[in-house]
Amino acid sequence: MEVVRGKAPGSQEDFRARQLSAQQMLRGDLDGQGLEEYVEKRLLLTKLEEAQSWARKNAIWPLGFGLACCAIEMITVIGSPRNDLSRFGAEVIRFSPRQADLLILSGRVSIKMAPIIRRLYEQMLEPKWVIAMGACSSSAGMFNNYALVQGADKFLPVDVYVPGCPPRPEALMYGIMKLQDKITNEPELGWRERYRAEGTEEYRAEGSEDIA
Amino acid sequence: MTDPLKTPYREREKSISLDAMNGESPISGMELEPETEMLTINLGPHHPATHGVLRLLCTLEGETVQNVQPIIGYVHTGIEKSCEDQEYWKAITFVERMDYLAYYFNAYAFCASVENLLDEEVPPRAQYLRVIHMELNRVASHLFWLGTGALDIGAITMLWWALRERDELLDLFEMSSGQRLHTRYFQVGGVMEDLPPGWEAKCRRFLAEMPNRIDQYEALLDENEIWLRRTKNTGIVPVEQLLGLGVSGPLLRAAGNPWDLRKAMPYCSYEDFEFKIPVGTVGDNYDRYRVRMAEMRESVKIVEQALDGLPEGPYITGNRKVALPPRHELATSMEALIHHFKLVTEGFRVPPGEAYVPVESPRGELGCFVLADGSSKPARVHMRDPSFVNLQALKHMGEGTVIADFIACLAMLDPILGGIDR
Repeated sequence: MEVVRGKAPGSQEDFRARQLSAQQMLRGDLDGQGLEEYVEKRLLLTKLEEAQSWARKNAIWPLGFGLACCAIEMITVIGSPRNDLSRFGAEVIRFSPRQADLLILSGRVSIKMAPIIRRLYEQMLEPKWVIAMGACSSSAGMFNNYALVQGADKFLPVDVYVPGCPPRPEALMYGIMKLQDKITNEPELGWRERYRAEGTEEYRAEGSEDIA
Repeated sequence: MTDPLKTPYREREKSISLDAMNGESPISGMELEPETEMLTINLGPHHPATHGVLRLLCTLEGETVQNVQPIIGYVHTGIEKSCEDQEYWKAITFVERMDYLAYYFNAYAFCASVENLLDEEVPPRAQYLRVIHMELNRVASHLFWLGTGALDIGAITMLWWALRERDELLDLFEMSSGQRLHTRYFQVGGVMEDLPPGWEAKCRRFLAEMPNRIDQYEALLDENEIWLRRTKNTGIVPVEQLLGLGVSGPLLRAAGNPWDLRKAMPYCSYEDFEFKIPVGTVGDNYDRYRVRMAEMRESVKIVEQALDGLPEGPYITGNRKVALPPRHELATSMEALIHHFKLVTEGFRVPPGEAYVPVESPRGELGCFVLADGSSKPARVHMRDPSFVNLQALKHMGEGTVIADFIACLAMLDPILGGIDR
């Protein structure tokens, strides 16, 4: 196949002309009206924090962690060619909590499992987010009994709740998109800041005199 | 001149000389006799290869597995206890969530137990519809096993291929019942709804395509040397030992015992269909894989036969004490309204007694025991889940193999933790 360099679709200018104006801009030759036009057309101005959260929201790495039925639908979201979570940059499943950003609680959280989930959450590095997928991890759903924690938010902060039993793959994808909105709009990083939970630390920080 | 490759390595490497060591080993401690030490490692409950939240305490000698101790209960949900608080028709929703890849089988075992207690006849069309859905569910379950099991051995393409076909099946389930998983399609006395228009054509398209797809899977795996070496002659357990452990399903059939409840004790009009029971000869992981692949082909044949011979008639029993009246009757018949009200508010009462109905689930004998005390709620519901019983065989499958093969054994066991812990 022969590669022909030509006009980009929809553009009025020649590729070569654009390259030239970029060169002029970098040399400082462009000024006045030409510079205004160039900046308006070619440059994207943003804040560092916004660029950072834009990058962050498009590279959420979920922890490879399944609990029950919802895990089947979670795998369908990630693995099925129809859904393809990589469109959202979130298909890189990490099996080590140290490399993961997102904990998807996919299924029922039993009392026996709760301390393990809490430990996994604490092993994850900030910034980190939690999606409670399905009715069970959101509120124990239909299992109002002795065995389940009645909602995972009893023991860890949950950012997005996805309803359903189990939720459709589209629902989980919508939940991930909601989380992306949250990452863009609420750039405070640590969960303690996000949930006004400063001072609830369970350990004494080194060098501190008393617990706030 | 001698061939340089045939001389020993140390003689060729003239630059390395151990003369200065005076015969002592360069690494301290090497002069001691090598000791063998047992190492106990913990796999799970969060581990990618445990297919859920199973925890395994493995005792290793070097890389060889010496002992395996499964620790379960991390998704214990109390479903059996919760069923005791629900009317019979509401408990179907709960039992479906036990073995979450075989929801139609859970629902069938429970409904059939209750039908036994009620002495309720299921119309032939409903029986055929149940067979169709159960066999499609078996294919879906095996596809998920194939995708995740092959992924454990490193064949990641299988996950995408298997999930592609599984999505088609879930579309069919969604079309007939409105849900992808946990459809609650089976009711006591029949099924929830008749097949919607267009379902049969869609299902037949899938059935026509599926054998080709299985051919493609096999083309990818059966000529893959890694796959063959990883599965052949690993995890062999003799058939007598499997029987002693109570193992059933594809694991037992792979060892050569053709025990399948669909043939041994036909239920739900399985005697009407012609199908074969695939059995293995060696009982290794490769046979377990072959048996499940062949079972998918047989299931496709059963669904084809059931669609061809689908009888006309009602899809649920006409007994208004058990099944809801059709919607249109509620506007015209006072009696139907009373039945509807009684069923929805109180549910139907079941005469005292106990029933156990076993079915052949994708993982083996799935039985449901129901104890009725005459009220509208069961006094006890218990499931004999095949994953729970089959997990006992894991120790015997894994003993003496290297830990990488042990992971393959676990994948070929196909445990579903929701069924084990319930």
